[in-house]
Amino acid sequence: MLRFITSRLLQSLLALYLIVTATFFMLRFVPGGPFTTEKAVPREILRNLEAHYGLNQPLPRQYLNYLGSLLHGDFGPSFKYSNRTVNEILADKLPVSLELGLWSLGVALLLGLSLGIIAALRRNTWADYLATAVGTIGLSVPTFVIGPLCVLAFAIHLGWFSASGWDFPSDRVLPSLVLGLAYAAPISRLTRGGLLEVLHQDYIRTARAKGASEFRVVWKHALRGGLLPVVAYLGPATAGILTGSFVIETIFQIPGLGREFVTSAFNRDYTLVLGTVILYAALIMALNLLADIVQAWMNPKVRLE
Amino acid sequence: MSLPSDASRPVSVDEIVERGSSPAHDAWLRLRQNRLAVFGAGTLLVVALACCLGPLLSPYGYEETRLELGASAPGLRHWLGTDVLGRDLLVRMLYGGRISLAVGLSATVVALTIGVVYGAVAGFFGGKLDSLMMRAVDILYSLPFTIFVILLMVFFGRNIILLFVAIGAVEWLTMARIVRGQVMSIKQMEFVEAAHALGFGRRRILFHHILPNVLGPIIVYTTLTIPSVMLLEAFLSFLGLGVQPPMSSWGVLIKDGAEKMEEFPWLLLFPGTVFSLTLFSLNFLGDGLRDALDVRSSKD
Repeated sequence: MLRFITSRLLQSLLALYLIVTATFFMLRFVPGGPFTTEKAVPREILRNLEAHYGLNQPLPRQYLNYLGSLLHGDFGPSFKYSNRTVNEILADKLPVSLELGLWSLGVALLLGLSLGIIAALRRNTWADYLATAVGTIGLSVPTFVIGPLCVLAFAIHLGWFSASGWDFPSDRVLPSLVLGLAYAAPISRLTRGGLLEVLHQDYIRTARAKGASEFRVVWKHALRGGLLPVVAYLGPATAGILTGSFVIETIFQIPGLGREFVTSAFNRDYTLVLGTVILYAALIMALNLLADIVQAWMNPKVRLE
Repeated sequence: MSLPSDASRPVSVDEIVERGSSPAHDAWLRLRQNRLAVFGAGTLLVVALACCLGPLLSPYGYEETRLELGASAPGLRHWLGTDVLGRDLLVRMLYGGRISLAVGLSATVVALTIGVVYGAVAGFFGGKLDSLMMRAVDILYSLPFTIFVILLMVFFGRNIILLFVAIGAVEWLTMARIVRGQVMSIKQMEFVEAAHALGFGRRRILFHHILPNVLGPIIVYTTLTIPSVMLLEAFLSFLGLGVQPPMSSWGVLIKDGAEKMEEFPWLLLFPGTVFSLTLFSLNFLGDGLRDALDVRSSKD
C-alpha cells in the first residue's frame, strides 16, 4: 500500500512539474504580453516595467527563478493588479470556489447515491424510472442552460433567492444545486449499475441465507462492493466540478477562482495564470490520488496490482 | 401507429437463424426495437436536415439586422422571434447548429483517429511499449485539460480550426483505452494466430484482421463522444472563448440568451431546448447502439 501511494505521488509530482513547465513556456511564446494595451506605452516605461518584474532577463533564467520561488511557495507578484501578490489573490478567491465545490459535491453524492440505491432496490418501478429521468436530464441539459433557467424561475420570477452574488447563506443554494445535479446523474447511474451487479453475487445470497436483515445486507454487504465504480468516478467528478465552476461562477457572479482564472487569461497576467493553473492541477491530482487510495483500500483486487 | 409495424415486433432467435442474418443485421433489428434510440436517430436526422437545408429556404439572412424591430416575441413573421438586433432567431439557430454539429463531427474525427491508432498500437504490441503508452494516458487523464483548452483558445486566437484540434486532442483518451482493451483480447483469438501462420505482416494483421472486429465499440464510443465534444464547444463559447461573432453556434446563442433572459426569455429557451434535445438524442442513440452491438460498457 505504501509503495502504491509513493509511486502515485511521484507520478503526480512529475506531472505537476510538466504542467508548470509547459504552461510557463506557452505563456512566453504567445503574441502579446501583460503590458500590451490599446494605447502605446513609452518604451522607457515598458522597459522599467519589464525590469521590475524580471522579464528582461534571459528566458531560462526567468524559468529557474520562477521554479526557485515556487519551491518556497511563492507565486510572485501579479502583473495586472499592482501591489498584490498572486498568493494574496489565490488566498482570497480559493475558499469561495472550494466552498462551492464542496456543497456541489455534497449535492451530487446525496442525490446520486440515494437515487441510485432506490433505483437498484426498486428496479423497474416508478422510482427507478424517476431516477433514470433525472439522470438523463442531468446528463444532457448542460449547466449553462439549467443555471440561467433556474435564475429565471427561482430568482427573478419567484424571488426565493437572489440572482447573483455570494453574500448570504441562501446564495449557496442555486449554484450548488445546479452544479451538483450535473454530477448526480452519472453517480446515480454508477450506483445503480454497481449495486445490481453485486446483488446477484453469491456472498449476498450467503448473507441472506444466514438470516441477515435486508437493511444489513444492503448497507453492510452490498454497498461496499457496489460503490466501487462510484469511488473510481469521484476523481474525475471533482475535477469536473472544479472546472464546471468556471461557468457557474460566471452565471451567478460568484467571486471565486474560476472566474478569476478566465479573467487573468484574458489579461495575460502571466503569474496569476500560472499560479491558478498550478493550484488547480495540484488540487485535481491530489483528489484523484485520494480517490485511488480509497478505491485501493475498498478493493483488494486493485491493491494487489 | 395503429398497425403493429415490423420494428416493434420482437425478433426471436429462431427467426434470425432461419433468415440467416448477419451480425450487423441482428444489431440493426435490435436497435430498431429500442424506442428511445429510434427517437434519438429521428430527432438527429430532423435537426441535421433542418440545419443543412433550412437556411436556404428562409427569407432572412443570419446577419440581417433590423434594428427598428428589436427583440420581438415569436410570431408569424419570425417563428421563434428575433434577438435585440432584430435578427431572426430561427435562422441564427439553424446556422449555429451547422457550426455546432460541424465542430462536434470534426473534433470527434480527430479524437477518433488519434485514439484508435494509439490504442491499437499499444494493445497489439503489448509489453514495455504498451505499459509506457498507457502510463502516459493515465498521466494525461489526471491533467486538468479543460484549463489547457481555455489557455489555448485565449492565447492563440479563437479560430475554429484550433477549436477542432484542441477539443479532439482532449477527447481521444477514452477511445484509446477502449480500443487497446479490445485489441488485446482479440489478438489472442485463433483467426489472428492463423493470419500469423499464413505469414501476413503485422501491419496487415492489425489493420485488416483485428481492427474490423473492434468496429462495434468504436462506433458506440464515437456516438457518445460527439455529445461530449459539442458540450465542450458550447462550454467554451459560453465563456466567450469559442466561436466568435458574427458566426454563431448553439453555445454562443445560449450565452447571448442568458444575458437577455430577463426581458426576452425566448432567446434562451429555444437554443437551450434544441441543444439539450440534440444531446439527449445522441446519448440515447449511443446507449441504444451499445445495447444493440452488445458492447460491454465501462461507463455503468
